[in-house]
Amino acid sequence: MRLKLVPSDTSLDFFKLSKLTLGASALAMIASVVLFFMMGLNYGIDFRGGTTIRTDAQNPVDIVAYRAALQPLGLGDVSITQVIDPAAQLTGAVSNVSQIRIEAQAGAEAATVDTIKSVKNALIEVDPTMSFPQIDSVGPKVSGELIQTAVIAVILAIAAVLFYIWLRFEWQFSVGAVAALVHDIVLTIGIFSVLQIKFDLAIIAALLTIVGYSLNDTVVVFDRVRENLRKYKKKPLKDVLNMSINETLSRTVMTSLTTLIALISLFVLGGDVIHGFVFAMIWGVIVGTYSSVFVASAILLRLGVKRDWDKVNDGRAGTQFADIDA
Amino acid sequence: MLQFSKTKKLLIWSVCAIGILMAIPNMFYTTVEQSNDAEAVLETGVPVTPELTALSEQWPSWMPSALVNLGLDLRGGAHLLAEVQVGDVYAERIDSYWPEVRDALREERETVGTIRRQDGNDLELRVRISKPVAMEAAVAKVRTLASPVASLSNVGAHDIDVSSDGEDIVIRLSEAERLATDQRTMAQSLEIIRRRVDEAGTREPTILRQGDRRVLIQVPGIGSAEELKELIGKTAKLTFHPVLGRTSDPEARLQSRQILLPDVEDKAMFFILEKTATITGDHLVDAQPSFDQNNRPAISFRLNPTGGRLFGEYTANNIGQAFAIVLDGEVLSAPTIQSHIPGGSGIITGQFDVAGTTKLAIQLRAGALPAKVTYLEERTIGPELGQDSIDAGALACLVAFAAVLIFMVLSYGLFGVFANTALIINVGLIFGLLSMIGATLTLPGIAGIVLTIGMAVDANVLVFERIREELKGGKNPVRAIELGYERAFSAIIDANITTLIAAVILFVMGSGPVRGFAITLGLGIVTSVFTAIWVTRLLISIYMGRRRPKEIEV
Repeated sequence: MRLKLVPSDTSLDFFKLSKLTLGASALAMIASVVLFFMMGLNYGIDFRGGTTIRTDAQNPVDIVAYRAALQPLGLGDVSITQVIDPAAQLTGAVSNVSQIRIEAQAGAEAATVDTIKSVKNALIEVDPTMSFPQIDSVGPKVSGELIQTAVIAVILAIAAVLFYIWLRFEWQFSVGAVAALVHDIVLTIGIFSVLQIKFDLAIIAALLTIVGYSLNDTVVVFDRVRENLRKYKKKPLKDVLNMSINETLSRTVMTSLTTLIALISLFVLGGDVIHGFVFAMIWGVIVGTYSSVFVASAILLRLGVKRDWDKVNDGRAGTQFADIDA
Repeated sequence: MLQFSKTKKLLIWSVCAIGILMAIPNMFYTTVEQSNDAEAVLETGVPVTPELTALSEQWPSWMPSALVNLGLDLRGGAHLLAEVQVGDVYAERIDSYWPEVRDALREERETVGTIRRQDGNDLELRVRISKPVAMEAAVAKVRTLASPVASLSNVGAHDIDVSSDGEDIVIRLSEAERLATDQRTMAQSLEIIRRRVDEAGTREPTILRQGDRRVLIQVPGIGSAEELKELIGKTAKLTFHPVLGRTSDPEARLQSRQILLPDVEDKAMFFILEKTATITGDHLVDAQPSFDQNNRPAISFRLNPTGGRLFGEYTANNIGQAFAIVLDGEVLSAPTIQSHIPGGSGIITGQFDVAGTTKLAIQLRAGALPAKVTYLEERTIGPELGQDSIDAGALACLVAFAAVLIFMVLSYGLFGVFANTALIINVGLIFGLLSMIGATLTLPGIAGIVLTIGMAVDANVLVFERIREELKGGKNPVRAIELGYERAFSAIIDANITTLIAAVILFVMGSGPVRGFAITLGLGIVTSVFTAIWVTRLLISIYMGRRRPKEIEV
């Protein structure tokens, strides 16, 4: 007996509610943009400069006392958060870890040795058992460049993919795929704005992986669409799309699930250092799976495709792998 | 399609075998690392001790011993991004033209009259002549001192620009010379940072030039970024200057070409020194910690022949005078010259302790940094945190692995087992490749591996789902399997190439840990396509060939 997540022969109509789903996606994207401008991202020091210090002590974290100790140093905006590690909670291990963020000090490229020393000394007075397993300091000059590189990287990735899909398929596919991608990235930025999760370099890596994953999913559906378009030359596009999505549904669910299983185990057990990163990817897998059906294919349906491309494009790039006769 | 030729079979199995063989050392990380370290020590030619031999024999020499490098975030250590203030050097460069210019103009005394150097900004050399009518001749004379700059981009450029400004001749470094100076400063700084880090005996430091004037320094195993900064941060610029006087007034009026520097011990005490140094650290060939005649820690030094001659001449001509030994803008000591000191070696005394002289000797030996270094980024990761991350990452990997394996068997039965075998080989191949190319594994890199475990089955899922469809369409098992592979192929390739594009862009644009993620993700895509297309198919082909089932259930 096999585990079957999706019944063998599904014939769901994915476009019955396409106005609704497209509308919902558009609304979610607008909401994300508005939230981004209203609340902003909680940029980590990679992007805005400053210093973070991770503390680890034997006594419970006392944010009020830490703050009081740092107050007299006049460091400007200081944020202190307790780090919660779900793995530690599961095993009942005591974890008294906190993360202290100090804004970039005026005039300094990176935090000076003196600033860090004075912070350490002030905290050790509060709790002598404290140690500092991680200290990061990024100067404003570098952080500006890092933002720039990150934005360029994401745009480059999208452009490269747009080009590849256009090469392998048709421009309509490419527009659909990229719309889905932008949808996924915007929604990810939206959720990061709402939840105020720290947005740092690792999240950019996650964003690019989402780009890759979301495409992976979209491409599999499109590949089947291309094949079915050739097989059923007279069928309406809507039916071909629906058939293709139904045929690949079982695979879509399987792959998303195995990926999610891996990511969730990483989220729970992988330690707090990569929490934000893994969270972004989990979100990306869910949104990416949704968007390949409800955004990419829906847009493809609206744009329409050239149906007789088999004759015109014979032998051209984009037809060479799927031209297999049964 | 389902048949494999003997050669192909052999090729596939040997790729798997080599990959896994290369991955094995990582399972015994500490043992192999100790053995490698011991062998490296033995190769340097030190006397063989039983301990070293025992350590080196911990891991058989016929086994591969390349390991995956652990990134800073896993091993702990310090990371610095330094910017070299290349502009610092211009002032010194331009100052060094003064003696030449002075001598050249003195030869033309008849026409240009007396000359005097004017104080001005540090980036230019201003010389006033008493007969401004002869300005053109004077400028022409100074221009003859210019020498061509050896560079590719500026053919025919000279090192100095000479112009006139009223009664003054103004000499500046040309653009080409500045660029050439920048290059030299960077090369020298890089070399000196490398030597200082190496002298401290830390393992496998990374010292890389980034962009025009930046240096990335990563040192695993060092306690903190502060420590690393202390090691490389001191410019350790040693100079000897003639002493013109002493004062306790920090505002003391100075004549031109004089400087006022504090005493290293008594900060209220100042020395008036001639600005141009007699001897600089560049003349130094060796410095060692030692003791003076009163058995106090001191540093003995030796100068190169040029420095030795200069020092000899200077001491011979200035017996009874004091000269100051200046380190990084502070006077260490100002002994009086008792006698002519030939041979170019001597001893520096001061209020040192033994640790201080050892550190200073390292810095002096490595040479002075030509320019100041500022730090744009610094990160410290404690070794415990690194170990925690490894443990957490390994646990997450195992759980993800087990869950995916079970899930695959539940969904696809025997074919799931084939896919799982391929998945296990896949992870082995990733580690093997990482070790082979000497890549660095970071925490996001581990995340990349976990993600690959999740995504690697995708190619198999695509194929299996396709086989199911073909079986449903009434094809016989062998034909269904063949068609499944054929028809899923384009989807597998397209889907993986798009992800690979993202990984390549990440690798090119990213840095540090992000790069580590891009490497494991990229390698994971390549190996997973290989294992899914070749290994699983080979397993299925063997199964089909031996059992010849009439029906298969996927």
